[in-house]
Amino acid sequence: MRYVLRRLGFFALTLWAALTLNFFLPRFMPGNPLQALRARTHGKVSPEALQQMLTSYGFKPHQNVVSQYFAYLGNMFTGHWGVSIGATLGQPVRQIIGQALPWTLGLVGVATVLAFLLGSLIGVLAGWRRGGALDSVLPPIFVVTSALPYFWVGLLLILVFSVWTHGWLPSDFNYDTSLQPGLSPGFVGSVLQHAVLPGATILITAIGAWILTMRNNMLTTLAEDYVRMARAKGLPDRRIMFDYAARNAMLPNLAGFAMSLGFVITGSILVEYVFNYPGLGYELYNAVQNTDYPLMQALFMLFTVAVLLALLICEFAIAVLDPRSRARA
Amino acid sequence: MTALLVDTSGAPPVETVARRRGGFLGAVRRSRKAQVGLAMLFVFCVFAVVPQLFTSVRHPNDLAFAPRLPPSGAHWLGTTALGQDIWAQLVYGTRESLVIALVAGAFATLLSVVVGVSAAYLRGVGDEVLSMIINIFLVIPTFPLIIILATYAGKGTLPVVLIVLIVTGWSYGANQLRAQTLSLRNRDFLEAAKIRGERRSYVIFAEVLPTMTSLILATFLGAALYSVLTAAGLQFIGLGDPNSISWGTMLYWAQNQQALQTGTPLWSIAPGLCVALLGASFALINYAFDEISNPALRPVRGRRRRRARG
Amino acid sequence: MLEVRGLSVEYATDGAPVVAVDGVDLDVAAGEFVGVVGESGCGKSTLLFAIARLLSPPAAITAGSIVFKGHNLVTMTEKQLNALRWRDCSVVMQSAMNALNPITTIGAQFRDVAHAHMDWSPDEVAERSAEVLRLVGIDPIHLKSYPHQLSGGMRQRAMIAMALLFTPDLVIMDEPTSALDVVAQRSLMVQIKQLQRQLGFAVVFVTHDMSLVSHFSDQLLVMYAGLIVEVGPTRTVFDSPAHPYSRGLLEAFPSIRGVRRPLTGIPGSPPDLARPPSGCRFHPRCPVAMPECATTEPPLYSVGRAQARCLLHAPERAPLSEVRS
Repeated sequence: MRYVLRRLGFFALTLWAALTLNFFLPRFMPGNPLQALRARTHGKVSPEALQQMLTSYGFKPHQNVVSQYFAYLGNMFTGHWGVSIGATLGQPVRQIIGQALPWTLGLVGVATVLAFLLGSLIGVLAGWRRGGALDSVLPPIFVVTSALPYFWVGLLLILVFSVWTHGWLPSDFNYDTSLQPGLSPGFVGSVLQHAVLPGATILITAIGAWILTMRNNMLTTLAEDYVRMARAKGLPDRRIMFDYAARNAMLPNLAGFAMSLGFVITGSILVEYVFNYPGLGYELYNAVQNTDYPLMQALFMLFTVAVLLALLICEFAIAVLDPRSRARA
Repeated sequence: MTALLVDTSGAPPVETVARRRGGFLGAVRRSRKAQVGLAMLFVFCVFAVVPQLFTSVRHPNDLAFAPRLPPSGAHWLGTTALGQDIWAQLVYGTRESLVIALVAGAFATLLSVVVGVSAAYLRGVGDEVLSMIINIFLVIPTFPLIIILATYAGKGTLPVVLIVLIVTGWSYGANQLRAQTLSLRNRDFLEAAKIRGERRSYVIFAEVLPTMTSLILATFLGAALYSVLTAAGLQFIGLGDPNSISWGTMLYWAQNQQALQTGTPLWSIAPGLCVALLGASFALINYAFDEISNPALRPVRGRRRRRARG
Repeated sequence: MLEVRGLSVEYATDGAPVVAVDGVDLDVAAGEFVGVVGESGCGKSTLLFAIARLLSPPAAITAGSIVFKGHNLVTMTEKQLNALRWRDCSVVMQSAMNALNPITTIGAQFRDVAHAHMDWSPDEVAERSAEVLRLVGIDPIHLKSYPHQLSGGMRQRAMIAMALLFTPDLVIMDEPTSALDVVAQRSLMVQIKQLQRQLGFAVVFVTHDMSLVSHFSDQLLVMYAGLIVEVGPTRTVFDSPAHPYSRGLLEAFPSIRGVRRPLTGIPGSPPDLARPPSGCRFHPRCPVAMPECATTEPPLYSVGRAQARCLLHAPERAPLSEVRS
C-alpha cells in the first residue's frame, strides 16, 4: 500500500514539475504572446478582447506571478484550457483537443499496442528457436529498422504506395473529406484506408525494438535454471515457452513499454505531420507554427498525463504478474 | 527511433568479458554487426572531414543549377526544386549531423555519468533528490518539450538544438548508470579501496568508472542515436535553421516543396536515408557490444548442431 | 537400472570443441545411492545433465549410450523422453531459488507437472502434493506460497518433494546442499537418505564435498578433468583411496579426531579442458607422478573392490597395497 502511495506521489510530483515547467518557460523565453497575437490578428481584434482571451488562460501580466501560477494550475486541472490563439482563433482548446484525441488514440494507440504485442510474440518465438531461421536473419534487420526515423519511413511508404501507385493508398488526412462522418461502410472504409500508411509506418519502426528486447530477454531467461527444470519435468514445449520463459521475459519489457511512450509520442507527432493526420501531434505542430500557447500547453500537459497513466498501468500489470514485486513493495 | 530501448535489461551487470584471443577488441573486430556499423560510421566521418573530396560543388546551398534535374553524371542525385545539387548537399550536410551526434551525445553522456554515478554514490537524501530529478526528466515526453523549448527560444540555431538535445537526452543514461553503480557499490574491490584509505573521488574515477566503460560507451551510442534522430525530426518540421546545410534542413525544404509529389523524390529520400544509416550504425555497434558482454545473446554459429537425437 | 557406457559430451566453441565428459561409464542399481565427486569444472554437472538429457547447445552428447530401464536415452526422441521424465527419473537442482519459477506458486508448479503426465483430478493433485510436502516436513499450506517466501532449506526440500511426486525410480541431484549452511546440509542429507530407504529410489548425487556424501552413499565416483579416476564402494574408496587425486581430496579435510597433522591440498589448478595434459591428466599435479604418466593415458585398473585410473595400479607393475604419499 505504501508502495502504491509512493508511486502516486511520484506521478503527482512529475505532473506538477511538467506543469510548472510549462508555466515558466514562456515567461523566460523571448517572445510575448500578446505581441504575437496582435501580429497575427492584424489588429482585427481589439486589444481588450485579446487581453481577455489571454487572461482566461492565465497570462495576467499585471497580476503577481504566484497567483497567476495557482490560477493556472487550477485551470489545468479543471479543464479550463482557454481558447486557441492560433489559426483557429477563438475556438476552445478543449474542443480542439476533443476532436483530435480520438484520431490519435485510434491510429497511434492501436498501432503502438499492436507493435508491442506482435513484436513481443515474434521475439518470444525468435528467442525460443534459438539459432533457427527466425533468429539468425531477423535481429540484424530489426536492429536497423528500429533505428530508422519515423518520418523517413513514412515518406518512403508515401512514395511507394501513394505516389508511384497514383493514389492507391492515400497519404493525407484521416478520411476522404468529401464523405460525411458517420458509421456508414463508406466512411469507415475511408477511415481505414487512410489509416493504413500512417499505421504501417508506426508499426514498422516500432516493432523492431520489441522483437529485439523480447528476444534478448527470452535468451537470458532460457538460460535460467527454472527453464531447465521445466524441461526436466517433461512439460510440453509450448507450456515452457509461455508459462515459464515468456512470462518471466515479459516483465522487463513491460517496464520498457512505459518508458517508450515518450518515443511513441515523438513518433506520433512526426507521423501525423507527414501524413497530415489531424491528431494531437498534428495539432501540436500547428500550435507551434502559430505560437498558440494555450493549445501548446494543454497538449503538453496531456502528453505528460498520458505517459504517466501508461506508466501506472504498466506498473500495475507488473505487480499482477510478478509476485516478487509485490513483496518488495 | 525505438532502437534506444534495445538493451539487455535482463542481463547481469558488469560481466567480465571473455578474454579470449584478443579479448574485447578482438570480439568487436569479429562481430559482423560491429564491422558493418563501424564501417558506416567511418564513411560518414570521412564525408564530414573532407567533403570537398567527394563533390566539386563548394557551396551546396547556392541556387546554382537548373532545378529538378534527374540523376545524371553531373548531378549524381539530381537537383532540388531550388536548383541545388542534392549529392553535394548530402555530403556537406554530414558534418552538421555528425557534430550534433557526437557533441550532444558526449555532453548528454557526461551529464548522465555525473548525475547517475553521484546519485548512486551519495545514497540517502542526495540520491533521493537526484533520482527524482532523473525520473521526472525520464517521464516527461521529450519531443513536445523540445518543440516547445525550440519555439520559445526563437527557432533552432545549432547551439539551441544542441542544448535542447542534451537537456532532454541525458536522463535515460543516468538511470542506467545509477542502477549499475548501485550494484557495484558493494563489490569487494571497492571496499578494498576504501579500506586502503583512498579518497572518494579516487574511488569513483580510478575504480568505479573503468568497470563501467562498456555501459558508458553504450550510453554514448544511445545518446548519439537519439540526438541524430531527434535533431533531424526537429529540423524536418521546421524548427531548425532553414539556412543551414544539414540533412534535416534538406528534409524540411523537400517537404516544403512537396518533393515526393513533384518528381524529385530523391531530395526527400536521400537525406532521410543518411539519417537512417547513421542511426543504424550507432544501433549496430551498440547491439554488437550487447552481444559481446552478455554471452547468452551471442549468435549460435551453425556448426553441426546435432540436437543429440541420435 | 541405469547403465552408462562411454558417454562423451562436448561443448562447441569458436575454436576446438571442449570435451567436458570423456568416455564415462556408470552403473546404478535399483535403490542405490551413488555419489559423484570432483572439483569445479571436472564435468560432473555436465555428466548429470547429460544423463538427464537436459543439455542444450553449445553442449551436446557426442558418443556413448545411456541405458535406463532397458531404453537407450541417447537415441530417444524428445517425445519419448518426455514420457519418462519425472515419472521414472526426476531432477533436483542446486539452487531452488533459481530452479523454481519465481512467479508461480509452489502448488502451481506441482500441478503443471502432474497435468503433464497424469490424468489426476484437481483433488488428487492437491492431495498428492500435500502428501509429498508432508514427507519432507513442510506444512502443505505452503502450496500457496511463492518460492521467495520460503527459507532456503524449505525451498530445497520443496524441490525434493516435487521430485518425488511420482515416486520415480531414479532421482538425480546436482549439489542440492551447496547453497545451504552446514547444519541444514546434514539434516537434508539425512532426510534424503531416509526417504530413499522409505520409497526405494536410486540417487545419483553430484557434489564437491566428498566427506558429506561419503556418509550416505553406497558407491562413490571421483571425477577429474572429464574422466572417472576412481570408482568403487564408498567405504573402499574412502578408507583406502587408490588414486592420488582421491587421496589428495581426502587429505584436504581435517579429521575431528585423531592426531593433528598439517593439511595438504592439491597444488596447481584444474586443467584447461580445451587442451588437456598429455597422458594422465592428473600428472602435472600428482605428488607421485612417474615419467610414463606424461605419455600414457591410463585406463581404469582394478584395485581390490574398486577401480582407479592410475598407472601405479597397472598390473605389470609390482602390486602396491596402498599409495604412499
